[in-house]
Amino acid sequence: MAQLVFYVFATVLVFSAIMVITARNPVHSVLFLILAFFNASGLFLIAGAEFLAMLLVIVYVGAVAVLFLFVVMMLDIDFSRLREGFQKYAPLGACVGGVLLAELVLAFSNWQMAPAAVRTPLAIDPSLTNTAALGTVIYTHYILLFQACGLVLLVAMIGAIVLTLRDQPMGRRQVVSRQHARKVGDTLELVTVSLGENVAEHGGFLRPKGSYYEIAVPGSFGVPEPEAQENEEKGA
Amino acid sequence: MEQFFYHTLVGQVILMVLETLAVLVPLLIGVAYLTLMERKVMAAMQRRRGPNVNGPFGLLQAFADAIKMIVKETVIPSGANRVLFLFAPFLTFSLAMVAWAVIPTGNGLAVANINVGILYLLAISSLGVYGILIAGWASNSKYAFLGGLRAAAQMVSYEVSIGLVIVSVLLAVGSLNLNDIVLAQRHVWFCLPMFPMFIVFVISALAETNRAPFDLPEGESELVAGFFVEYSSLAFGLFFLGEYANMILMSSMISILFLGGWLPPLGIAPLTWVPGPLWLIFKILFCLFVFIWVRATFPRYRYDQLMRLGWKVFLPFSLLWMIGTAGFLMATGLLPHAGGVN
Repeated sequence: MAQLVFYVFATVLVFSAIMVITARNPVHSVLFLILAFFNASGLFLIAGAEFLAMLLVIVYVGAVAVLFLFVVMMLDIDFSRLREGFQKYAPLGACVGGVLLAELVLAFSNWQMAPAAVRTPLAIDPSLTNTAALGTVIYTHYILLFQACGLVLLVAMIGAIVLTLRDQPMGRRQVVSRQHARKVGDTLELVTVSLGENVAEHGGFLRPKGSYYEIAVPGSFGVPEPEAQENEEKGA
Repeated sequence: MEQFFYHTLVGQVILMVLETLAVLVPLLIGVAYLTLMERKVMAAMQRRRGPNVNGPFGLLQAFADAIKMIVKETVIPSGANRVLFLFAPFLTFSLAMVAWAVIPTGNGLAVANINVGILYLLAISSLGVYGILIAGWASNSKYAFLGGLRAAAQMVSYEVSIGLVIVSVLLAVGSLNLNDIVLAQRHVWFCLPMFPMFIVFVISALAETNRAPFDLPEGESELVAGFFVEYSSLAFGLFFLGEYANMILMSSMISILFLGGWLPPLGIAPLTWVPGPLWLIFKILFCLFVFIWVRATFPRYRYDQLMRLGWKVFLPFSLLWMIGTAGFLMATGLLPHAGGVN
């Protein structure tokens, strides 16, 4: 029974992995990738690693693939142009693939483990659940390596933020506390207008006190920086 | 009889089907009456009568709506991706049903009492975004697509704080099993010592189920109806059912994580006579009432405010609270041991 289930999962996994690279539509590719993740998590379940199975679904399917799909859906792809240079690039692609395959075969045929790297697995208390056992191993025996991994990821995250952060202000900024602190009197002026007259002394129509550039939060698009403003005042 | 059900393959399959039906049939009836409850409660809050024509007190309204929906014509827009267009509502609906396998309605009373129950719930609820995203893309319509994108960004954002809230509950329980999570609240429900986390979770649950005031993915004033604008008939009905089933699921998650699941408020005589499943149903109903109450009370958030709340307020706050919980449990020696509860 378990073998049958394994073969079902494995077959669908391999099929969807092939479909990921052969599907014409990139959205279909990502959806097949998600199917592949699912079947991999099914294989984990059969192997008794229920924690890893759930984590695979939460992290890869629930977060990473959503962002993939998000980006891929917004691509505007012309399918006829996609096939255009196929004949031209096919030999080059075949060469690169062939070299990589040859290297892989060479590497695996001469595979040797350094004696220091071969360790006996840690003795785990069999009464623990998978999750608890994994926690014991990671957080007590390999805490340094685990923290180092976390640090590498943190550096990658900060790098991504720095690369995409624009210094140039793109839109209007807002400070919530400032919005809450605003009173009616700060923004509105009530004028009693007698019949037949207008509010010509206010420019013909009423507008909130202060122009956008005066009341906008510093750093918004088009608003001069506070220091620049002070300098101008000094110059005047 | 016992021999047949527990020790033969056919018997086990029959038993499993019966167990599944025992969960799903009440759930679907519950969804039907939840729509009625929503309309009635909102009507009462707005000093109206609500549905009162079909059956006594409008009790047959839900079935009238269902029949109307089924007999309508299914329209598939030209240029839509047919397979994915029809797949999306099925995905949403089946995910909303599948999650119920692990919800315990009594001590050990779940279809599947698995070790990593809470992770399973988190995994299934994080998949819910695909139905919406696929529906938005496959409709080949800009309103649907915008709704789908909004939903995806929103659900991914609030998943993070939901995850951190769950982690701080798990720190106090020491197990990922939903049964153990409820049993750990025998003395005090987690909504009292972790009140801020309870509030964060309730608000995140509103955002996760795309309910008001976070119903931007279907903002009818700017996106017509959001991601399901092109859907009609049974496909629309499946989205509708899935959404309401998700609401009930989130309410049951709130009940299990913070309101003591099937446990009575106090372990004293008249309260303990009420059976556990009824307590769970009371708590779920209370949470659903709060969901509807919020919808009738608060105006919709602006999109940038929604993102700000998720990333700049809830995420740092729940992260801090999680570290604080861990520190407190460690300092007082109350940290449950991994081997203790299995």
